[in-house]
Amino acid sequence: MTETRTVSVWQDRVKMRVHVQGAGPALLFLHGPWGLTWGPFLDALARQFTVYAPEHPGTSPGDPDAIQAVDSLWDLVLCYDELLEALGLDALAAVGHSFGAMMACEVAALRSSRIRRLALLDPIGLWRDDAPVINWMLLSPAEMAAHVFAAPDGAAARAMFAVPEDPEEGALARTRLTWAMGATGKFIWPIPDKGLKKRIHRVGAPALLVWGEADRLVPRAYAKEFAGRLRDARIEVVAGAGHAPHLEQPEATARVVAAFLKT
Amino acid sequence: MKISAFHLMPHRELPPDFERRYPSVWVTPPWGELADARRVGQYYNWTLDELLFAARAGFDGVCTNEHHQNAYGFMPSPNLMGSVLAKQTNGLDVAIVQMGMTLPTTSPPVRVAEEYGMIDCISGGRLVAGLPLGSPMDVNLAYGITPMEHRERYREAFDLVLKAWQAKEIFAWNGKYFQLGQVNLWPRPVQEPHPPVWVPGSGSISTFDFATEHNVCYCFLSYAGARAASTMMDGYWDVVDKKGLERNPYRAGFLQLVAVSETDAQAEADYAKHVEYFYHKCLHVPAQWFAPPGNQDYRSLLAANRNPVRRAEDPKTLRYKDFVNKGYVIAGSPATVRERLVEEVIKRLHVGNLMLLIQIGSMPHELTLKNTELLAREVLPGLREIWDDKGWENHWWPKSLRGARQAVPAAR
Repeated sequence: MTETRTVSVWQDRVKMRVHVQGAGPALLFLHGPWGLTWGPFLDALARQFTVYAPEHPGTSPGDPDAIQAVDSLWDLVLCYDELLEALGLDALAAVGHSFGAMMACEVAALRSSRIRRLALLDPIGLWRDDAPVINWMLLSPAEMAAHVFAAPDGAAARAMFAVPEDPEEGALARTRLTWAMGATGKFIWPIPDKGLKKRIHRVGAPALLVWGEADRLVPRAYAKEFAGRLRDARIEVVAGAGHAPHLEQPEATARVVAAFLKT
Repeated sequence: MKISAFHLMPHRELPPDFERRYPSVWVTPPWGELADARRVGQYYNWTLDELLFAARAGFDGVCTNEHHQNAYGFMPSPNLMGSVLAKQTNGLDVAIVQMGMTLPTTSPPVRVAEEYGMIDCISGGRLVAGLPLGSPMDVNLAYGITPMEHRERYREAFDLVLKAWQAKEIFAWNGKYFQLGQVNLWPRPVQEPHPPVWVPGSGSISTFDFATEHNVCYCFLSYAGARAASTMMDGYWDVVDKKGLERNPYRAGFLQLVAVSETDAQAEADYAKHVEYFYHKCLHVPAQWFAPPGNQDYRSLLAANRNPVRRAEDPKTLRYKDFVNKGYVIAGSPATVRERLVEEVIKRLHVGNLMLLIQIGSMPHELTLKNTELLAREVLPGLREIWDDKGWENHWWPKSLRGARQAVPAAR
């Protein structure tokens, strides 16, 4: 059973909602631009870890305007620092996806002792002119599915873009997805290079870079780019996955991530 | 009525298969394949000549606007055009309507206050100060402003510009987006306390609130004509009523495409291909670019998702006759155009500040002059006095120009 905790940070202006499930050492999961999906990947990790999965400010149901209290990336990093402090989490394992992986790097760069080991799933946060990251916020839904997923018509893609039949539920689902992109996009528009390259040397934790074999959003060149800048990193490629390996290949991705984080 | 000539300064010679070969007219059209700087210089000069011709022919104002990285209308600096128009119309009772310099992309925004101050000085107090939010393609895509910060940045810039024009003392501006230690505007505009302000919009409800709260002229810039705009404009007048403001028609502006010829049949012969060029090529933009995530606030986004406006028809499936029948374009003989402007636009929408797009898409220079001349000579005289019997004051027009304008016979 997932327990939900709400932690007030940032002079009480941001209520961060955290999903907690599992047993074992603490694991922080930071979701990507499309919001938090608790699925088979986090279930698998929760069998070996106590998973803490916060919702990015503004993406918690009923509290969209929380994002208005977070002006800059610096504000956001400190919100996470306050959250982890309040939860009493230290020397923990961290997993981040895409935008969430960038945030995991930022949190580790702020306070290196906070993160013991770091798994990054198709992270953003660096930029190469010869391999631009596609701005998913400019794509039509069909184009987005084709860029994010190895199988644009597969179950994972359908789940992300699923619109419930009930009109009100459908409107809420569409709004949630767009708003999650807006609330995360606020910190990376128009190019997801906001200075991590200057701070990434502060990350002390050994890192695993997990790349979907068919990531058509963030080119594979970035795996090497991250690995070259982190002190201790290796790369794992997941077959049959695009930019969201934890959604398209949850078991395989959970296996490599858990094996790395347990050591 | 005050009637102004509006110009987009479009690319007039895009290839016939443009919309099939390229994904968008905005942001990504390749200059090297589509344009030539010397030819574009000709477009700019035609544009200035056409607006000056309209000014001399009897239009009350001339309108320019700001857009970036596109072939739809590329005056990246409306004030470069506006300053030429201001200089060349000195001595004429014509307003320089800048529709205008985009606030969220001008940093610091006192630059808007300064340049508008210059135009008001050059023109002797004939400026109408359009203060637009800017389209997402211009502001978010071309100029890199974060969608979620677009409107907040606009509101701060708006307040700063208005204060910079009016403050008697030097002041410090400690904003979220802009910090200036000593604001002391040089030059100040001629018009006191500041030039009339118009805020263009495309039907967003939050802009109705903004326009009424700041007592500015709300201008609906639509390409789908008055019929499609009637619900929106009714919504605006409801907000005006609810706030207890007077239903002064000069509180509203509207842009209409017009094409006049000797007869209805001749109008089709003259303009059909240019109208189709405009709707098929100049508006060729991926739909999602009009609302990148975060550009709409959560409540507007949810409201839009709850009540999806029945998907607007795709103009690419329509032809000249459709555009005319549906009122996207008002075209035909002077009598036809006059009657439709009076009934469908001015009276139905309750509009006092009318803008007419005198040059549409690929319309060549000579034909634009013909359209403008027929409008000025045959159509405008039938519109000018529409609101005069009600005694409304056009508070949103330069004070020195509020009286009736004597039409001058156009010299070609």
